[in-house]
Amino acid sequence: MTVTPLGIPRRLLEFTLDGEPVRAPEGSTILDACRAAGKDVPTLCEGDTLTPKNACRVCVVEVEGSRTLVPACSRRAEPGMEVRTGTERARHSRKVVLELLASSVDLSTTPRVAGWLKEYEAKPDRFGPDAARVDEEPRVDNDLYVRDYGKCILCYKCVDACGDQWQNTFAISVAGRGFDARIAVEHDAPLTDSACVYCGNCIEVCPTGALSFKSEFDMRAAGTWDESRQSETTTVCAYCGVGCNLTLHVQDNEIVKVTSPHDNPVTHGNLCIKGRFGYQHVQNRD
Amino acid sequence: MRKRDRSPKTYTRLTHPLVRDARDAPLRRATWEEALDRTARGLAAARGAFGMFSCARATNEMNYVAQKFARVVMGTNNVDSCNRTCHAPSVAGLSAAFGSGGGTSSYEEIEHTDVIVMWGSNARFAHPIFFQHVLRGVHNGARMYAVDPRRTSTAEWAESWLGLNVGTDIPMAHAIGREIIHSGLVNEAFVLRATTGFEEYRALVEPWTLSLAEKVTGVPAAAVRELAHAYARAERAQLCWTLGITEHHNGTDNVRALINLSLLTGHVGRYASGLQPLRGQNNVQGGGDMGAIPNRLPGFQDILDGGVRLKFESAWDTVIQPHYGLNLTEMFEAMEDGSLRAVYCIGENPAQSEADGEQAVRRLRELDFLVVQDIFLTKTAELADVVLPATAGWAETEGTTTNSERRVQRVRRAVTPPGEAREDIDILCELAARLGHDWKYPDAEAVWNELRSVSPDHYGMTYERLAEHQGIQWPCPHTDTLEPPYLHGRLWETDPERRGRPAPFGIVRHDPPVDLTDEQYPIRLTTGRRLDSYNTGVQSGGYASPLRRGEYVELCPEDAERYGVVVGERVRVTSRRGSVLAPVWVDTGLRPGLAFMTFHFPDEVDTNRLTIEANCPIAGTAEFKASAIRIEKVSASGPALR
Repeated sequence: MTVTPLGIPRRLLEFTLDGEPVRAPEGSTILDACRAAGKDVPTLCEGDTLTPKNACRVCVVEVEGSRTLVPACSRRAEPGMEVRTGTERARHSRKVVLELLASSVDLSTTPRVAGWLKEYEAKPDRFGPDAARVDEEPRVDNDLYVRDYGKCILCYKCVDACGDQWQNTFAISVAGRGFDARIAVEHDAPLTDSACVYCGNCIEVCPTGALSFKSEFDMRAAGTWDESRQSETTTVCAYCGVGCNLTLHVQDNEIVKVTSPHDNPVTHGNLCIKGRFGYQHVQNRD
Repeated sequence: MRKRDRSPKTYTRLTHPLVRDARDAPLRRATWEEALDRTARGLAAARGAFGMFSCARATNEMNYVAQKFARVVMGTNNVDSCNRTCHAPSVAGLSAAFGSGGGTSSYEEIEHTDVIVMWGSNARFAHPIFFQHVLRGVHNGARMYAVDPRRTSTAEWAESWLGLNVGTDIPMAHAIGREIIHSGLVNEAFVLRATTGFEEYRALVEPWTLSLAEKVTGVPAAAVRELAHAYARAERAQLCWTLGITEHHNGTDNVRALINLSLLTGHVGRYASGLQPLRGQNNVQGGGDMGAIPNRLPGFQDILDGGVRLKFESAWDTVIQPHYGLNLTEMFEAMEDGSLRAVYCIGENPAQSEADGEQAVRRLRELDFLVVQDIFLTKTAELADVVLPATAGWAETEGTTTNSERRVQRVRRAVTPPGEAREDIDILCELAARLGHDWKYPDAEAVWNELRSVSPDHYGMTYERLAEHQGIQWPCPHTDTLEPPYLHGRLWETDPERRGRPAPFGIVRHDPPVDLTDEQYPIRLTTGRRLDSYNTGVQSGGYASPLRRGEYVELCPEDAERYGVVVGERVRVTSRRGSVLAPVWVDTGLRPGLAFMTFHFPDEVDTNRLTIEANCPIAGTAEFKASAIRIEKVSASGPALR
């Protein structure tokens, strides 16, 4: 007997994307369909391993018949829908969102955002120098990872990854309300006094570098962090028998950080403290 | 920044070979030529008295070559690895029941099951990413039951926690079995068709009433009954266990007692119904699959099968000894009686991982020749005549490993090894050449393809396919199809021909721990892992974990009060074999009379001085989980400290 599991069968549905007819599997989001069609719709809070939170609103598109712009990351495609991704209204909205984000937080370590700022002609400085939402030093209270709230766009991905979507540790939550809302560890505890188990799954999903590896943080501070000189190799963790997949980021023959492939059936992008940080033994060299 | 209170010894990488000129001389630097020549001479002198400790953390390819080295170059089946100290009983128990030693289910299935029994397993700490799959199952509506002497953080997620006395797993399992039978919840069609020995099993469990089980296990009868009914009534159920089941003097019996429950209810061989032993080392499954065990050739094929031997003899152009070799435990015993004189130890640290550690070190010292191939100068390597610097299997070597769900995955070289360190397979081939065997493996893939040619279960797994599918679970006999993610679907076939050999019930009896508690040693010590550390700490000591507190003896609040000790206070912990000093920690997950320690910091607190080498006669695994100890306050004016 040979059985190849195929998963739940899904029908294809048809709709219109920027005037072109497209087909997408039932259950796809508009963003999935855009990506499949090779269209670049920017997003920050969308996470491929997480339920969309609709927080950043960078991915908005126009849907015929909808009064408001629609977040592509969470709206499911429907048969017969007419979607337009690059209209003046959508582009203007993205521009303003990017300006608001880039003026209130430091997006210098957010991948691809510089290109989007340019593409949408966003001018974050027009809100003046006082627009920064948080003005404080990065929090370095342990040897494994660093929190820098000056880069946090409140996308909630870390809360979801630490919470019931993956890790179920619930160390990270939101403290405060309105303008005072901020991501916090048990309101305002040092990490080392919290329930945190240092799995680093929050760093894995953080879109802006507000959460970062201490190794990366230190190298950036020293001016030695250089992604163009880094290689990424996926291998299997050296610890228990679960067989988690690790992607080792190596610069100058040193492992500088460890991530995990998001589409892997064992890990779904997650790791534990040993897998994420326990690599140092191979490079304890005299 | 808060500093860690205790920093464990960190090991630096070995960068060049070391040799010893005389028994008591120190290790000195040597060239590869000298070290390999010395090793070849040492091994040649020990033909007929040789043992290979292969490595459960190295690749499948390395394990394949290591066992081939033992069998072809040294002419012996004495090859084994640390599976002996952890999951050998699972392999023995599963193969006795089903003919194959792998866990029967994939991780994904536990997300879609109805009842999850976590037995003797703190998976939340020991297998965190597997536990994420468990939690998905729980969020999807599965009911989880935790059977464990400790109320662990795994148990926090359970519907109910069955806190049994250490070493009473068989009474618990038998009582569950009896309750299932008496409540008419047996899957009769499955038992009739796919099993043998049911009547004998029924008679075996008949005395184990719920009230007797309550007396012996300490678990309320109602909780046992609830688990029995939930498991038996579930449409799909997963039974998972770890070393809490296997590290006992009767570990294989424990495993069989659990398997009996799956046979009784038909919870095996179907999607989301199965048995899952969670493996402790990254390639302990693969090491056994590759034949680095004394009773099986690669592909888990039985050495006693003449046809199998013939296949390997013609593939390897050699003669295979037609009997089982010695397992790790037996090899240590053979060191004692002088019948094992030389050991080739790859990436293992038995000087610190064996139960009754002092005895293990004494036996290793008595060998005529010990060669250790490792990435660190471990305590075992310090005893060696020759030390060969190797590469780290997971980050410096190409190859594959096999995880707990039998998924073979690619490992890849990401960094260049330090100094003169060389790959394991390369070293083994150099030695084979010096001993008259010209093996040519241009790369790991060539080794893998040789394995594929002799192991039907692996035949379909080319490197290309492994990359394409993000790993493939065995069996995979064809290069164009994949098998279902679970094993033993054949047991559900109606055609007896296709159903094959039925699964026998295990007729196993309760046998309490060997090391009994008494007035002198009133406390039961059990052992396990902490989240951020690993085994003897050689690997995990290398990073700065904020969770690390060093080793301590955990007591419940009542016991801490009874002995008048507080957190952080150093106490003497003594068993019938040895004594250590350790600080106290208080854990409310323990019950009076139960203490907990780990092996993670042997250089500070050598817990294995306390454990007992009482071995499972079938699997050879020692009873790490059940020692009798006493706790003594250490006062400044008291007896001199050792």
